Amino acid sequence: MALRVGCASPPGRALENKTGAWRVFKPVFEPEKCSKCGMCAMVCPEGCVRETEEGTFEPDLDYCKGCGICEEVCPKKSIRMEKEEK
Amino acid sequence: MLEFMEGSHAVAEIVKRCRPQVIAAYPITPQTHIVEDLAQMVANCELDAEYITVESEFSALSACLGASAAGSRVYSATTSQGLALMFEVCFNVAGMRQPIVMTIANRSLGAPLSIWNDQQDSISLRDSGWLQYYAEDNQETVDLHMIAYKVCEDHDILLPAFVCFDGFILSHTYEPVALPTQEEVDAYLPAFNPYQRLDAASPLSMGMYATPDYYMEFRYEIDRAMQRSKQAFIKAGREFGRDYSALVEGYRLEDADTALVAMGSICGTAKDAIDEMRDAGKKVGLLNIRMFRPFPAPEIADALKGVSTVAVLDKNISLGSGGAVGTEVKAALSGSNQAVYDYIIALGGRDVRKRDIAAVVDLAEKGKGDLFYGLRTEVL
Amino acid sequence: MTAAELIAFAAFEGGVYSQAFPAFGVERRGAPVQAFVRFSDEKIRLRSQVYEPDYIIVQDPTLIGDVDVFKGMTAGGIAIVNTEKPDFDARVPEGVKVYAVDATTIALEELGVPITNTTLMGAFAAATGEIKLESLEHALRSRFSGSMADKNVRAAERAYNLVGGAL
Repeated sequence: MALRVGCASPPGRALENKTGAWRVFKPVFEPEKCSKCGMCAMVCPEGCVRETEEGTFEPDLDYCKGCGICEEVCPKKSIRMEKEEK
Repeated sequence: MLEFMEGSHAVAEIVKRCRPQVIAAYPITPQTHIVEDLAQMVANCELDAEYITVESEFSALSACLGASAAGSRVYSATTSQGLALMFEVCFNVAGMRQPIVMTIANRSLGAPLSIWNDQQDSISLRDSGWLQYYAEDNQETVDLHMIAYKVCEDHDILLPAFVCFDGFILSHTYEPVALPTQEEVDAYLPAFNPYQRLDAASPLSMGMYATPDYYMEFRYEIDRAMQRSKQAFIKAGREFGRDYSALVEGYRLEDADTALVAMGSICGTAKDAIDEMRDAGKKVGLLNIRMFRPFPAPEIADALKGVSTVAVLDKNISLGSGGAVGTEVKAALSGSNQAVYDYIIALGGRDVRKRDIAAVVDLAEKGKGDLFYGLRTEVL
Repeated sequence: MTAAELIAFAAFEGGVYSQAFPAFGVERRGAPVQAFVRFSDEKIRLRSQVYEPDYIIVQDPTLIGDVDVFKGMTAGGIAIVNTEKPDFDARVPEGVKVYAVDATTIALEELGVPITNTTLMGAFAAATGEIKLESLEHALRSRFSGSMADKNVRAAERAYNLVGGAL
């Protein structure tokens, strides 16, 4: 890649950096227990929890680093962390 | 046409004619008159620019950086502690390759607190990636602003510049200055054409983080642009009405045995002193370093090749090492048989007279140098 | 500083190069300050303060005694001193001609304020011949407008005629 003057860059380059491989534990979402409060999406430091058409939530495992904050905040205990199988 | 005016006012007048779109500055002695004048020009609608009032110099240059990145021609001015407060932003401006022109009304740095002139402030930013030009008088100060914008905005350069003029000694002195007309400035300096700019429709980040795989290459590119700016300066200087194509200006050097080397307003006093020494039969000349960054080492070596003794006047001190100009002149002349001596002089506004210049020449010719000139040993 | 600037401006208007600058740093009205002026037929490059003046103007007589205001002057020099008491006690160097002008009174009468810059300019012009009255008037009218210009020109002219009459 040739350098661009002033180290300038268009947005979106972070998408190339898939951080899902860093994970040891992965979150498993159980939509049937979900109250649709959206706390998990709000606190996710990667911004990789998204809302589904049903109004529940799911993680994008390409980017989820497995930090477990979503599990910690979920008031319905509908998210659990499971050991990743590699 | 010559007009009689204060140096600071002349700077404000030429800046107005360079048509900056955004000005952000924080007043500080002895730069104050410049930004007061510009604020008034904007308030009076004589200058169609956004004047951003800020709470510090850090914010002033940060606002300038954003405005420049957004595609505006930008101006600021500061000095001394104000420039010190801009330190971090200065490196960012250069690294993001924003062609901001900033006047430095040179002043010493505290502590102890001193509002008077030396060149410690801009010299201390020598590694920041800003071009540095030093003016001998108010005419040159005016002219260098136009040249600075022209060089900085060149798409092969894209670097910021300090136009340095000695605080009080030039900024507060009334003398005749010829200001170009608006039409002349417009013809010399077309409207700003940004190389790239922030645009919501086509987003961009500047100064992004560079890993160890890339950082050195970015710094190398800035250094190369610095080197290219010499040619751009020569070209811009030739196109100018008065000839500014010389990065260094020799005065009575042709047959000189001893050469003084200096920057800024002290060169004027030195020229008068040299005329007197010449009348007394001494072969003395002067080399005025107009451009300190990039440092014109080959040009200096070439200009000084005929002299046997060189006396550098440094209005700064790199504490623990000597004067910044002297150190670099010595490096430029390494390998020659010339004797090069450095003199720390006129720090914190101490007045320099013709007899001081003559005394320095005497010291150099006796082989005494690398010292603080004019120390009041009785108070030590 | 205003007096220095105006004198240098008037000289420039009269067709010579000139330079005016303060002893930097204490430019507050009323504080003891020095300001310097040079005239020359050639461009002025020298930037040092003036140590051996041909002419001096002393705006405030209370300085005499505290400060050696005549320092550096030699025979042929001219001093203009603002004072009500022409017989002030000072060590005037031999050969220096002193003009005592009560500029404060003139300024109070003409301007209504004890600001003596323009009055002393008039005295300087008459005593030294370095500035023509027309150049002086032009400088004042560039600097001031309306009735302020008229008043300042009148103050300068009064001092000019007063000193001119004494020559």
